[in-house]
Amino acid sequence: MSHLDALPPWAAILVAVLVLLGALLAFVGSLGLLRLKNFYKRVHAPTLGTTLGTFFMLAASITCFSVLHDRPIFYEILIGVFLTLTTPITLMLLVRAALYRDREEGSADVPQAPPHE
Amino acid sequence: MTRRWLPYPILSALLLLIWLLLNQSIAPGTILLGALLGVALAKVFGLLRPPKARVRNYPLLGLLFVRVVVDIVRSNIAVARIILRRDSRMQSGFVAIPLTLTDHYGLAVLACIITSTPGTIWVSYDSSANILLIHVLDLVDEASWIDSIKQRYERPLLEIFQ
Repeated sequence: MSHLDALPPWAAILVAVLVLLGALLAFVGSLGLLRLKNFYKRVHAPTLGTTLGTFFMLAASITCFSVLHDRPIFYEILIGVFLTLTTPITLMLLVRAALYRDREEGSADVPQAPPHE
Repeated sequence: MTRRWLPYPILSALLLLIWLLLNQSIAPGTILLGALLGVALAKVFGLLRPPKARVRNYPLLGLLFVRVVVDIVRSNIAVARIILRRDSRMQSGFVAIPLTLTDHYGLAVLACIITSTPGTIWVSYDSSANILLIHVLDLVDEASWIDSIKQRYERPLLEIFQ
C-alpha cells in the first residue's frame, strides 16, 4: 500500500471517515438481517448498504483516487447507477417468491391474491 | 435518415458517456468507438420493440431526483435507528395503493424509487386493477403512506411520463 503514502493527511482523514461511514451502514444493514423477525422485515435491512453505504464507499474511492492522480476520477458513479437499477429486481424477485409461497400455504399474515389471478 | 440510424439518440448518448467514463479518456479513437457502440447497441435495443418513452418535463425529473435522494438519506437514518433500537413494538405490514399511473417507464421508475428507499419495498403490481402492493417496515398509519406515495412520487411521475 506504499502509493497511499502519497495521500495528504486531510485527504487520508476524509477517505477514512467516508469508508468507516459506509462500512458502518453496511454493518447495520447486516445486523438488521440478524435482528428483524420475519422475511418481509429482513429484506428492508440490506438496502442500507446498497444506498447510503454504497454512496459513502464510492465517495471515498472518488476522493482517494482523484487526489492521488491529481485529476477528477468519477467513473465510480457508474457503480452507483447500476446498483440502483439492479437491486430492485433482486429484491422484488425475493419478495414475490416469498409472497407466492405464503399465499400457497394460506398464511394469514399476507394479503390474498386478487381473485382473477 | 436520422430516425433510421439514430432511433434512440438519448440512449446512444448515454452509452457513449458510459464508454468514455469507463475508458477515462476523450481521445478521438475512444469517442469514435463509443459512438459506434452507442448507435449499434441502440439499434439492438430497438429490436426488442420497447414501448415508446416520452419524458415531458425534464426540470420536474430533476426535482424528483433531488426529492428521492433526500428521502433515501432520511429513511436510511430511520431504518438504522429501528435496527439499532431493537424496538419490538414496531409494526410492519402490507399497504395496497390504488394507482393512476399506467405508463411502463413511470412504473419502472416508481419501482426503483420505492425499493431503493429503505423501509419500503415494492411487492407486486396488479396491472388489471392498477393496484400496487408494497411492504412497509415501520407502518404506523396506512392512509398516510398511501397519501405520501401518491403525492410525493406518483404525481410528478404522472406529469413526467403520462
